[in-house]
Amino acid sequence: MNSFLSQEVPLSWYLMLSAILFSLGVIGFLIKRNLITVFMSIELMLNAVNLSFVTFAHQWHAVKGQIFVFFVMMVAAAEAAVGLAIIIAVFRARATLAVDRIDLMKL
Amino acid sequence: MNAYPHLWLIPLLPFAGFLFNGLLGRRLPKWLVTTVALLTPLLAFGFVVNAWLFSAANSGVFPLVETCPQAWINAGALRIDFNLVLDQLSLVMLLVVTGVGFLIHVYSVGYMGDEEGYARYFSYLNLFLFFMTVLVLAGNALVMFVGWEGVGLASYLLIGFYFQKKSAADAGKKAFIVNRIGDFGFLIGMFLLLANFGTLTFTEIATKLGQDPGWQGGAVTVIALCLLLGAAGKSAQLPLYIWLPDAMEGPTPVSALIHAATMVTAGVYMIARTHVLFDHSPFALGVVAVVGAATALFAATIGLVQNDIKRVLAYSTISQLGYMFLACGVAAYSAGIFHLVTHAFFKALLFLAAGSVIHAVGGEQDLRKMGGLWRKLPVTFAVTTVGVLAIAGFFPFAGFFSKDAILYAAFQQGTGGKMLWAVGLLTALLTSFYMFRLWYLAFLGKPRSFTGHHHATPWTMLGPLVILALLSIGGGWIGIERFGAYLAPSTGARPVEAAGNLELLLGLVAVAVALVGWLIADRLYRQRPAAPAELAAALPHGYKLLANKYYVDEIYTAVVVKPLLGFSKFILEWVVDVAILGGLAWLMGGIAMLTGSILQRWQSGNLRSYAAWLAAGAAALLLFVLVPWATVLASLSAIHLGVAGH
Repeated sequence: MNSFLSQEVPLSWYLMLSAILFSLGVIGFLIKRNLITVFMSIELMLNAVNLSFVTFAHQWHAVKGQIFVFFVMMVAAAEAAVGLAIIIAVFRARATLAVDRIDLMKL
Repeated sequence: MNAYPHLWLIPLLPFAGFLFNGLLGRRLPKWLVTTVALLTPLLAFGFVVNAWLFSAANSGVFPLVETCPQAWINAGALRIDFNLVLDQLSLVMLLVVTGVGFLIHVYSVGYMGDEEGYARYFSYLNLFLFFMTVLVLAGNALVMFVGWEGVGLASYLLIGFYFQKKSAADAGKKAFIVNRIGDFGFLIGMFLLLANFGTLTFTEIATKLGQDPGWQGGAVTVIALCLLLGAAGKSAQLPLYIWLPDAMEGPTPVSALIHAATMVTAGVYMIARTHVLFDHSPFALGVVAVVGAATALFAATIGLVQNDIKRVLAYSTISQLGYMFLACGVAAYSAGIFHLVTHAFFKALLFLAAGSVIHAVGGEQDLRKMGGLWRKLPVTFAVTTVGVLAIAGFFPFAGFFSKDAILYAAFQQGTGGKMLWAVGLLTALLTSFYMFRLWYLAFLGKPRSFTGHHHATPWTMLGPLVILALLSIGGGWIGIERFGAYLAPSTGARPVEAAGNLELLLGLVAVAVALVGWLIADRLYRQRPAAPAELAAALPHGYKLLANKYYVDEIYTAVVVKPLLGFSKFILEWVVDVAILGGLAWLMGGIAMLTGSILQRWQSGNLRSYAAWLAAGAAALLLFVLVPWATVLASLSAIHLGVAGH
């Protein structure tokens, strides 16, 4: 039973994948102009964090990490609902979704 | 009636009167205001008399000390109590202050009857009595200072009583500011007393001075001179006398009470109270004597040519205060206090009589416009005659005895004393002249401008006049021997003992000189009314100098006031206010705006820049946590050391 498939995936691989996903999310958040893509990048970061939660929960046989994942998913769902609503409202008001042009926070 | 004297009640009663009339007086009927205003000084006078009888019945009760059980100031080694002390000196002063004070309250009822601010006037007058009795009863210099400042306040309020009149408001301010200069000296003197003796209580200072004969000159001289500066401010001596003539802007009874009989004598009282200090410093005593003599002569010469009836009396007050200082300066404190008492009688009398004249002729104060009033105001004429004879020093009126005692004490003090005596005698000549000049101009001769009908003088004004006239006649008969002996425990024994013939001779000389002054006045103002004008024309420069009061006010304006104003305008307004304070404010605002303009670039309003800063911050934190800085630094310094080692 020493095949590739039967071998346990090492902890570090999961964490590296989580880090890579998170970094992609950050980069996407920073460089993308479209508000929906930015929003998706946020989801990506959340899921990267979820992955590391699950990894650690499995590693330490602690169920708390998995519970946190459910919390995060729940919040992400709520956030998606609110966020998409805001995006639609913004698009209706300004006819654009380019982040650079939504700069009313500055007086 | 010799119940225990409750000293604290003596100041507190007038204070209650002040509160009552000051707070409620405007809304109350006039008779109630009058009753309260008169009752409180009368009760205070009653308590003083009671204290006198008590002391007479219980010999050796002096000094009677009442101390507030709670320390007033308690800071480390420093403990100052609020204490009141009654001894022979303060008893005499209290009798004068509350007695004459009450009479002038009564007079004021008639004089101020038709005035606006009747209740305000009496509340100030009661306030004055409160502070004056505190000043007199004070057992230490700080309590005295409270009274000292308080009478200054009351004086300011009453000089500026007609505050709608600019000259009155200005005169009040002038009095207050000039007095500040003197108070500065008093304060410095107190600080030095604390530094050198560690106490402000008069009896303790006297004990400490008595224990160590090493106290001579030096610090004591400095303290005494500082106190003299304070006394000169309050008692209108050279060079701080300038406020008193202007203080005549106040109502005439105020001039009589505060600016003639009582408050201005506080300086003399203070010197007598702290006489142990002066006794240990011959130099300071000499300065007191010279200041007194110089003021006496100086003010008398100005008094010669003044035409305002109240100003003549004001300069004569300054001159008489100079006599009291002269007496203190030759260590004849009891003679000084004696003159203080008789002066309080006859000068209050003269001022009240002048007030009666002014009241009768409808506010006119110019002597040149009076004349021939003796027929219209017989009582006033009679009492003024008594006052004039008393101040000129004719036997047997009160002024003769006290002035004689001062001149005699000065004469005994060696060559310098003889010179002081000569100055005093010359002043007596001038005093006699200008007082008879006033007498002739106001009462005798033909009525000049004033011919209209005159107001009747109410009995409330005549009563005090008559009582004060009786005191001016009989007050001197106590005699300096008895008076000095009574005061001896407080002010020390008289330095010189009576020597029969010499004193008699000097007394005769003084009366002769006063007679000469009268005769000159008689010649100039009765026999040849044109003579004064001719004399003034013959000596234009001298006359102008005197009429303009030696230009002292102008000199002070040019030397002190103008530079001070210029300094305030330039340094304080332009340099301090505009340049320093304004510049600082501008600088602060500039810094805030500059940092703001730099930092506002951070707040771009651009979502992605915020996110970038957030990511950068997170990265920095991560770097900070993950990199083992201690190891890095250690290895860095090891490399550095290794390099240095090679």
